[in-house]
Amino acid sequence: MKFTQQHEWVKAEGEIAYMGLSDYAQKALGDIVFVELPRVGDSLIAGQSFGSVESVKAVSELGAPLSGTVTQVNETLEDAPELLNEDPYENWIIQLDISDPGEWDALMDEVAYEEFCKNAH
Amino acid sequence: MPTSYIPNTKAEQDEMLAAIGVAAVEDLFADIPEAVRLRRDLNLPPARSEGELVAHMQALANENASGTCFAGGGIYDHFIPAAVSEIIGRQEFYSAYTPYQAEMSQGTLQTIFEYQTMICRLTGMDISNASLYDGATACVEAMLIAADVTRRNEIVLAGAIHPEYIAVIKTYARFRNLRITDEITDNCAAVIAQNPNYYGLLEDLETIGQAAKAKGALFIVSVDPISLGILETPAAFGADIVVGEGQALGNPMNFGGPGFGFFACKAAYMRKVPGRIVGETTDANGKRGFLLTLQAREQHIRREKAGSNICSNQALCALAATVYMSIMGKEGLRKVAELCLQKAHYLYDALLATGKFAPRFTAPFFKEFALTYTGGDIKTIYNTMRDNGMTPGIILPDNGLLIAVTEKRTKAEMDVYARSVR
Amino acid sequence: MNQVIFEKSIPGRSAYSLPACDVPARKTEDLIPNQMLRANVAELPELSEVDVLRHFVGLSQKNYGVLSGIYPLGSCTMKYNPIVNERVAGLDGFTGTHPSMDCPGNLRLMGELQAMLAEITGMDAVTLQPAAGSHGEMTGLMIMKAYHEKRGEPQRTKILVPDSAHGTNPASVTMAGLQTVQIKSDLSGNVDLDDLRAHIDGQLAGLMLTNPNTLGLFEVNIQEIAALIHAAGGLLYYDGANQNAICGITRPGDMGFDVIHLNLHKTFSTPHGGGGPGSGPVGVKQALVPFLPVPTVVYDDGSYRFGGDNPDSIGKVRSFYGNFAIMVRAYAYIRSMGAQGLKAVSENAVLNANYLMAGLRDFMKIEYDRTCMHEFVASGLPQKEQGVSTLDIAKRMLDYNVHPPTVYFPLIVREAMMFEPTETESKQTLDALVETMQTILTEAAENPELVKTAPHNRPVGRLDELKAARKPVLTWDQRTP
Repeated sequence: MKFTQQHEWVKAEGEIAYMGLSDYAQKALGDIVFVELPRVGDSLIAGQSFGSVESVKAVSELGAPLSGTVTQVNETLEDAPELLNEDPYENWIIQLDISDPGEWDALMDEVAYEEFCKNAH
Repeated sequence: MPTSYIPNTKAEQDEMLAAIGVAAVEDLFADIPEAVRLRRDLNLPPARSEGELVAHMQALANENASGTCFAGGGIYDHFIPAAVSEIIGRQEFYSAYTPYQAEMSQGTLQTIFEYQTMICRLTGMDISNASLYDGATACVEAMLIAADVTRRNEIVLAGAIHPEYIAVIKTYARFRNLRITDEITDNCAAVIAQNPNYYGLLEDLETIGQAAKAKGALFIVSVDPISLGILETPAAFGADIVVGEGQALGNPMNFGGPGFGFFACKAAYMRKVPGRIVGETTDANGKRGFLLTLQAREQHIRREKAGSNICSNQALCALAATVYMSIMGKEGLRKVAELCLQKAHYLYDALLATGKFAPRFTAPFFKEFALTYTGGDIKTIYNTMRDNGMTPGIILPDNGLLIAVTEKRTKAEMDVYARSVR
Repeated sequence: MNQVIFEKSIPGRSAYSLPACDVPARKTEDLIPNQMLRANVAELPELSEVDVLRHFVGLSQKNYGVLSGIYPLGSCTMKYNPIVNERVAGLDGFTGTHPSMDCPGNLRLMGELQAMLAEITGMDAVTLQPAAGSHGEMTGLMIMKAYHEKRGEPQRTKILVPDSAHGTNPASVTMAGLQTVQIKSDLSGNVDLDDLRAHIDGQLAGLMLTNPNTLGLFEVNIQEIAALIHAAGGLLYYDGANQNAICGITRPGDMGFDVIHLNLHKTFSTPHGGGGPGSGPVGVKQALVPFLPVPTVVYDDGSYRFGGDNPDSIGKVRSFYGNFAIMVRAYAYIRSMGAQGLKAVSENAVLNANYLMAGLRDFMKIEYDRTCMHEFVASGLPQKEQGVSTLDIAKRMLDYNVHPPTVYFPLIVREAMMFEPTETESKQTLDALVETMQTILTEAAENPELVKTAPHNRPVGRLDELKAARKPVLTWDQRTP
């Protein structure tokens, strides 16, 4: 599992990647009330915003961790956004067919991310 | 220099300055560079006492045309029950701020919740916001949502849309890179129709709606809320978003503003709706209460990513509408619409019978219609009637006149109208 | 009981009073095709007139207005709304005018109001068309974009906005088809000049500034900022939200601003209405006059008329002429105050804010502890560290029948509480507010639960925002009983 500076996690299974929100992010946002999902087939560019996560009084952009095409979105989040609070690592947000595996190297591993979070205060 | 609205006396001001630790009020402005200080009095007319002000304002008001109004075109002279001004004249309503402190603003919040419900029942839609600036900008906001959800950039204006609305739509479209086109293509974000249209005629909403759907465009309908006393809801014809000017519901004409724009849509677009929305919830003891909700959509949180920059709603005008709809009730609003319909058709027939007017259209109409004057220059008759205390309508190109008849107009007034054009 | 009006509806009851139909009635179906007629009547509530009035009077009693007590909302300028202005705005000769009518009185009022606002702000021309402050912002930004395009510089699309700005600023930038670039504040709360310089390039369209800024502080470097922006080919936009601090003291036009908007419902005393209607006139310098929305009121041959038709105009931003009835109130206000009265407004607004700040300083954290203008920002951070948040303190204020200050704004101050007392409050009400704040902070220290569970004596307790946002119930018919 790797992490972005926007507090998202990415997990790879071959060409397919899953991404979600880190535990740090869900705690910082508080109770999540809505997830704005992209559409299946949308092509994303690493770093660019493709959706958002809302709590009562805050909104956080979702940035693409890697470039690629959206192959699935987690529709259960539409009715149950609280799943991102309850178990952020089990509940992915999108599934991505990645186009540039080289981009993986730019992401942080768990140790680096933990350090990053410590300095985020 | 104390005035009636500034309470502190010279002695109190001196005490306050001492508490702050400065010698003079001037010292509080020390941050302002001398080069930009205004070292003269503003060039404004001298201050007036309350009595002088009232006399002056009355004199200004007296300069305006007045009398029996047959002009419409989006702003209508409907009857307003006394209860409306009684309620909106209460300082707890008119002087209150936006209800961000919900527990101290349950009055405003509950009235907006009731307003939202009434607008939905009137239009047949699922949800409504707390209101927008006016009918034209409500149309624009609907158009922007359509462009957002369809990811398309063409807008089709179907039929005769109010020219003021078209002008506003064009301004926004220019800055948002949207194109106004005539044909519904695969790149069409929305088809916008107005019912009754600018000339008072009823549009075939079903056909327009189907044409929009066939290309995957949103169907936006701008309506006269009074007409919904008897006309079928836009929802029944497949509208995705229903907007309109709400002035006719309990607000005076006020030279065109303020009224309010209403905005209602299908539940699917809930998170895209611009402006304030009130929702129901409970407190810690399970007691029902109301608050502003879905705020993460709005500009104060989403900033440059917000779908709209609107902050205000026209709360007080929407409150007037809520009281108006409560006084009218389901039977009263139907009767208002029925009276408008009957009287408009009476005047239509009476004017054609003079032989000085020719019809312009044949489609059915509700409370407003357009005719061509054949008895000479329309401006001459318009000015004569105006000088006799009657506004006969709105002058249209090609010697035409757009005439609105509300429930306030009497048979006697209409007979005078018909006689004066003979 | 919090009953909504639909629960009070009794079938067959009515409150309306309408005339009988005095023309020969025809069958509805003969006038309108059946399929266009409503299948089901709109279910509006059925009540008597007394029922309706009691319902809404009861609701008004659950509200809080400026005559209920002090309303120190920062950036909102909740001053007294003079009763006489309500009275004159209700004159039949104004309210009964249709926008197509010949109304020389209305035109004169609008023409004179345009001129007075131009004088107060140091601008060359004013449009009254925008319906609210945010609408004015968008209009002003559209004018700036049109200006750059006309000069053959369409690449100028970048608007610099300080991080202390209200969210409306960047949202309006987007509406006008421009891009926001945020710039930092320095340690004293002013624009960071180095950061500003670093963001100036050939794409610069302009800078949006509120001055005094949203921290209640005057930008001491305003002349240098204006020179930098102008030298780079940009324009200066003035957000007039805080005009109440500077009437007759200084003018945005003299500071170097090219475009401004005003909020008539702030400085010019028109009521907030529970969230509107407002009015957001826009003023511009000569070079931008051709781009103003149409129509504006022009004066020639001894009378006022609608004009200003110009091929470069951005067009219309609202139907008709704007919120006329709000203009009537603002006009009446300026005519009541005169030049010296308006100056006294700003002097007393600033005096009151500094006096209140001095009273609170002993026991509250003041974020930028220097002379403020008409408002200042305190922070509840010390209390937050003890477990009582700014929100809790605000909710406790409700129990003392005081409207809280603006909270959690500006965003750059943690646990922000922004106080703006306005000039219409007396020394006594300010002293009482200081006392209330002291009482509440003592409670926060000694009995935090009392504060954290406030309010206790309002019609409802603290409301569940999470439930409202997750499963929104936006109409009575959306409830699942």
